[in-house]
Amino acid sequence: MTLTINGVEKEIADTILTVEDLIHFFDWGHRVVIVEVNQTILTKDQHGSTTLRNGDQVEIVSFVGGG
Amino acid sequence: MLKIGKYQLESRLLLGTGKFQDFTTQKKAVEASGTEILTFAVRRMNIFEQNQPDLLAELDVHQYKLLPNTAGASTAEEAVRIAKLAKASGLCDMVKVEVIGCPKTLLPDPVETLKASEALLAEGFIVLPYTSDDVVLARRLEELGVHAIMPAASPIGSGQGIINPLNLSLIIEQASIPVIVDAGIGTASDATRAMELGADGVLLNSAVSGANDPIKMAKAMRLAIESGRYSYEAGRIAKKRYASASSPIEGMSTV
Repeated sequence: MTLTINGVEKEIADTILTVEDLIHFFDWGHRVVIVEVNQTILTKDQHGSTTLRNGDQVEIVSFVGGG
Repeated sequence: MLKIGKYQLESRLLLGTGKFQDFTTQKKAVEASGTEILTFAVRRMNIFEQNQPDLLAELDVHQYKLLPNTAGASTAEEAVRIAKLAKASGLCDMVKVEVIGCPKTLLPDPVETLKASEALLAEGFIVLPYTSDDVVLARRLEELGVHAIMPAASPIGSGQGIINPLNLSLIIEQASIPVIVDAGIGTASDATRAMELGADGVLLNSAVSGANDPIKMAKAMRLAIESGRYSYEAGRIAKKRYASASSPIEGMSTV
């Protein structure tokens, strides 16, 4: 399926079913990442239960240095 | 003791985490500052880069309270979204509301700041708005129920120090919630002065991260803020036009 992740269209393997799978695909499982799917912000415990569909708009953000 | 919402803090220094040259220096500077609150920004991950630096892991952030900012927002709506993203991490319930109204001066948009603060209070956040040094705006924010007011000493990153001590002191005088001087601090004496005016705390970033020796400057800031607080509590003497001898006149063995 095709997802738009952080504004970039990306073809994703069909083995990736949930947001949690997607985070592991990027190897970010050990990091603090926050995910929004189609403008809905998810808490961490929703990552495993949120399934991804073709055409979904996904935002993945994190904390960076700032004042 | 500084109280912000439900939090009680020994340190009156809030430290930003931006623009440090490397993690080792940053970690040592954070430790030297004695801070208990670190600010962060929220940004997109680069999906093409696997090995992105992990600031949170490097700093061992579980020792600190996280204060995410809404930097990058120019409307209340954007600020609310950034704050909600930060809160979804499960790591924080405070937010520094930062809605910039002018890209050149980075001065905050007062109308959007007010709107964003109101919306975030309704969402249950502990709200610390970054504001200009407008006295009436500070009062309006307090009336909304924000948990601290953070007026700028001077424009962000300018290092100009306190350019309007009168307004800052008026804001401090009227406030019954903490006033944290945020932005524009250039050196330790600026932080001391803010505290001597009666500020409850100081938030700074560039003055430490941009110093030749950030670790030493972090320590200087810690001492400056402590010193300024002691000085404020002790109460300065009144200024006089003429000299007043410290040594007694009586008993001088003049011939």
